[in-house]
Amino acid sequence: MILPPFVYIFISFICFFTAIILPLFVSSQRLLISITYTLSAIASLITAAIGAWVVASGFVGSVIIPVGLPDLPFHLRFDPLAGFFLTVIGLLSFFVSIYSIGYLKGFIGKRPVTSLVIFYNLFIAGMFLVVLADDALFFMIVWEAMALSSYFLVMFEDEKAENRRAAFLYLVVAHIGAIAILLSFGVMAGLTTGIESQDSSVNLASYTFESMRHTQFSEGWATAAFLLAFFGFAAKAGVVPLHVWLPEAHPVAPSNVSALMSGVMLKTAIYGIIRVTFDLLRVFPWWWGAVVLIFGLISTIMGVLYALMQHDLKKLLAYHSVENIGIILIGIGLALIFTSFHMPILAALALIAGLYHTLNHAMFKGLLFMGAGAVLHSTHERNMEEMGGLIHKMPWTAALFLIGCVSISALPPFNGFVSEWLIFQAFLLSPSLHSPLLNLLIPLGAAILALAAALAAACFVKAFGVTFLGHWRGHRNPPLHPPFYKGGKGGLEVDWFMRTGMILAAFTCLILGILPTMFLEWMDVLSETLVGGRISTTAGAFGWLWLTPVSHERASYSGVIVFGVILLVVAVTYLLLHARRTSIHRTPLWDCGFEKITHRMQYNATSFSMPIRRIFGFLFNVKEQVRIKQTQRHPAFPERLHYHLRIRDRFWNWIYQPISDLSFWVSRKVGRLQQGRIQVYLVYSFITIIVLLLFFR
Amino acid sequence: MNLAAQINSVMAALILLTSFGLLVQRRMYALLHIFAWQGLFLSISTAIVGYVSGTHHLYISSVLTLVLKVILLPYILHILIIRLQIHKEVETTINVPTTMLIGIALVIFSYHLTSPIRELSTLVTRSTIAVALATVMLGLLMMITRKHAVTQIIGFLSMENGLFFAATSATYGMPLVVELGVGLDILIAAFIFGIFFFQIRTTFDGLDVDQMAKLKEED
Repeated sequence: MILPPFVYIFISFICFFTAIILPLFVSSQRLLISITYTLSAIASLITAAIGAWVVASGFVGSVIIPVGLPDLPFHLRFDPLAGFFLTVIGLLSFFVSIYSIGYLKGFIGKRPVTSLVIFYNLFIAGMFLVVLADDALFFMIVWEAMALSSYFLVMFEDEKAENRRAAFLYLVVAHIGAIAILLSFGVMAGLTTGIESQDSSVNLASYTFESMRHTQFSEGWATAAFLLAFFGFAAKAGVVPLHVWLPEAHPVAPSNVSALMSGVMLKTAIYGIIRVTFDLLRVFPWWWGAVVLIFGLISTIMGVLYALMQHDLKKLLAYHSVENIGIILIGIGLALIFTSFHMPILAALALIAGLYHTLNHAMFKGLLFMGAGAVLHSTHERNMEEMGGLIHKMPWTAALFLIGCVSISALPPFNGFVSEWLIFQAFLLSPSLHSPLLNLLIPLGAAILALAAALAAACFVKAFGVTFLGHWRGHRNPPLHPPFYKGGKGGLEVDWFMRTGMILAAFTCLILGILPTMFLEWMDVLSETLVGGRISTTAGAFGWLWLTPVSHERASYSGVIVFGVILLVVAVTYLLLHARRTSIHRTPLWDCGFEKITHRMQYNATSFSMPIRRIFGFLFNVKEQVRIKQTQRHPAFPERLHYHLRIRDRFWNWIYQPISDLSFWVSRKVGRLQQGRIQVYLVYSFITIIVLLLFFR
Repeated sequence: MNLAAQINSVMAALILLTSFGLLVQRRMYALLHIFAWQGLFLSISTAIVGYVSGTHHLYISSVLTLVLKVILLPYILHILIIRLQIHKEVETTINVPTTMLIGIALVIFSYHLTSPIRELSTLVTRSTIAVALATVMLGLLMMITRKHAVTQIIGFLSMENGLFFAATSATYGMPLVVELGVGLDILIAAFIFGIFFFQIRTTFDGLDVDQMAKLKEED
């Protein structure tokens, strides 16, 4: 029986398919961009709507598509968890698709965008199917489709060696992860069948998630499956220390793609972790949660510290994805811990907080990457040290980017605050548990999360301040649009498609921030099905206005009131300053008696992060050099000063360099076997035959 | 019957002898002659086995062997040698006495290997299985020790002879269809080799397979 949601999803996939084959028929690039991205926007919106409906109605239903292996056709299944992730992916894809119509016009005349169009649609369709897949085979197929299409998207500007290197690194890490995931499914399927069974049709049927759901796994094997799956999904999510591909691949991809990769592709890994632990394995010891929590905490703090050191805008955002994935994992880890100690309410709180942060991160990270893309589109520059003062030239982008910055810095009234606050509540409300390690870890975790939130705020003060405030720092002048050659406001502003995409995302951030109670009620079915507890009865006990997780005596928050107060304060301040004309004076700057101040002397990204570099410098591989060019006169009057700073990831030298050296060494040794002489190869087979005859006669 | 088995054993001994002859012979024409002799002995042996066991299709196999391996293939190779002008002495990678010693070790190994079959089998030809296996291994050894492409082909064909001999002595021959197919394969292989020889010579300016080491990727 075909159920209504499947009909809609079918329509949306027809849209994607049309967009993929359309380049065969449309030769005009401009027309191609408009049509295909409109199609993908429509398809994404449909899917997001179905997902939202599935979550709201708690619908569960599955369908079998008769393609695939003879005994294992493709299984698709709707359930609230899948519906939630469909909403997240669909919503951001919708915004980004609108944005892309404007963004891709920047490539017209420079390079053909056909491959970008095809792989972009394939990528989104792949993400939707990952969430819907209900057997291991289909899951792996669409998982790989997603990974490969995003590889080609990262490779889009393939003439640069940097891009090729980043894409290759991404491919390697993604595939190592995929192997681990495949092994994990293999372990689970093997246990489902029972190791001794020889019947092949039963064997294949055990690869469906449905049969895994009805199996009792022994603890040892379940742990093996969990660790493999966690490793595999962590590689995709960019959990420290598997994060190295992320700051390489995200900056070099086209910005609409990096918005999707960072905003939603990483979330498919979160989906995988939740699916495997809460849905397939179901029963777990508490230390699994501790593992997830520890990796989450490490990712959070390392991600934000590395982000602070960056002066490439997109690289900075990429490291913040590591941080936010860490925050989401903290929520999931706490949910795992509370579930294993049979505390459904707290588990529900932690899980919902993690999932809500998933949704929020998708929105604001998508918005920030779109903003960075808008800056890149206009200035052709990723290095923040070469920017500055863009608020005058791109007022819309600046305002929208600021909303993203406030959201990611977890400041009210935007959405980042709500989810991080909920995770804090989960930390603070946790009672003393029967494990000394956890009793140590949970307060420590809360402290680290607080530190990370503060550092993230500092980081975005830097990102916004250096990019948009002050004066233009670059060596060359900004490439202003034709009517604005003389300067003036809005000279670099992007077109309305890009602005619309960003405005929608920013608006969603605000709504998610001021009306969290409604969304938490909507998401209640998730925690009910996964951990058996719900929080809306207490969280929404005081109506839509007040968010009171667990108990109102402990904590409550009202986004609407906070938003209202902020608006009021801003309005009053503005009135007080501008009511009388005389209260603002514009005068020349006091330059400390130093006469020749240039724009290159402004406070910049490197100087902003210097104090933090001094404190946390031991975590990085920092190389700082100052070269002084002397003049003839006196050493106290240098003519020129060169400052060179290089910051490297220590993980690269600790983990990846030894592995890559080892694999090269092994390859060289194995390469000795290849003599290139036919006689030697014949000797190999000869010796093999003799040995086989000798031992197996 | 006993006489037939004894004649068959003599043929087996001669086949083994020709195998060793192939291993030591340095001159190209002589190699071809020895190969043709091996084919002849094989053909006679097949006919005898057919007579003893009463399986008449072995006569056809015998005639086929005679035509293919005694007349046609040596003739093709002969023409090749004339066309390519390669009748000079051929180089070996290992010196001849060492090759002989390895060959003897292989024959002893084959007897050791087939001893359980000899005890269990009731066929008149059971004593020759070891020789057949030894022929296969000596053919492979010849391919390893020779540098020249044509001698390697002869080694390969001698291996095939060994396999055929193993089939007749272990199970009184394969079904006729299979033997016909194998015969055809050999013929086609010979043609392909011929084409390849010309290609190799035009590419590498010689038929020494050591030249192929140049194809290896440099470090």
